Amino acid sequence: MTVRQLKEQLELTVLVEQNIDKEITGCYIGDLLSWVMSRVQTGNVWLTVMGNVNAIAVAALSDAACIILTDSAVLDEDAKEKAQEQGVTVFSSNANSYQVAVQLSRLLSE
Amino acid sequence: MSFLPLHFTVSGYDFTCAGEASSKVKNKLKQLGYDSEAIRRAAIAMYEGEINMVIHGGGGEIFVEVYPDHIDIKMADKGPGIENIEQAMQEGYSTAPANVRALGFGAGMGLPNIKKYTDSLRIESEIGKGTTIYMTVQVNHS
Ligand SMILES: Nc1ncnc2c1ncn2[C@@H]1O[C@H](COP(=O)(O)OP(=O)(O)OP(=O)(O)O)[C@@H](O)[C@H]1O
Ligand SMILES: [Mg+2]
Repeated sequence: MTVRQLKEQLELTVLVEQNIDKEITGCYIGDLLSWVMSRVQTGNVWLTVMGNVNAIAVAALSDAACIILTDSAVLDEDAKEKAQEQGVTVFSSNANSYQVAVQLSRLLSE
Repeated sequence: MSFLPLHFTVSGYDFTCAGEASSKVKNKLKQLGYDSEAIRRAAIAMYEGEINMVIHGGGGEIFVEVYPDHIDIKMADKGPGIENIEQAMQEGYSTAPANVRALGFGAGMGLPNIKKYTDSLRIESEIGKGTTIYMTVQVNHS
């Protein structure tokens, strides 16, 4: 499944759309950035409430497929610019990380 | 052996710019056609070092040497130094202040990540003088 298909199949608000033909390999949930850099894998959808510039840098450097800000967490204005510049897709969802992960898991196992 | 030298200055306490050097190196390595997993490892290790320089070291300098089969990264700051390197290397050990933790840092996983993603790591530090980290990422050619 690609990020484009994810966007079509889940109820997500698009905040930044970039490189959406990336293939999704799985999912990682976390807010502590070094923890995420230790565990997230190439192509993972990253669920977090961290909408700052540093989160964008982490997603870009670790080759995450996209970020989903759960619980309607806010994307900072400078983070939005950085995401556009770095080619990182950012969605927002009003569901929590568990709910989004469950939906994603269903889609990935279809 | 010939190599490509890259040099960056990292300003202290500026979180918005932290990551620029790592991202430039990542793009350069991509252009040069390096293995994507090696690029990813180098980029994450360098970013962790960059953030540490900003948060703990008050800024500093980064020297990168790109060789065909490995990448050498040297990160030097003139900050307070690390008193106990062995302790600093432990997962979970952090002296990061609250304002930095609110941004998502301070898990005490930065140095362990650098160790995890590099093939060699050496830290030299002197109290009151600063810290220099040397790391190497090997590149496997398929
Ligand atoms: N360049 C440095 N200068 C001075 N102290 C440092 C430096 N780098 C690391 N340290 C010390 O080592 C500790 C551990 O560093 P490490 O990168 O593992 O964790 P952290 O930066 O506190 O949190 P995280 O990296 O998970 O966001 C730091 O909290 C700090 O006390
Ligand atoms: Mg750190």
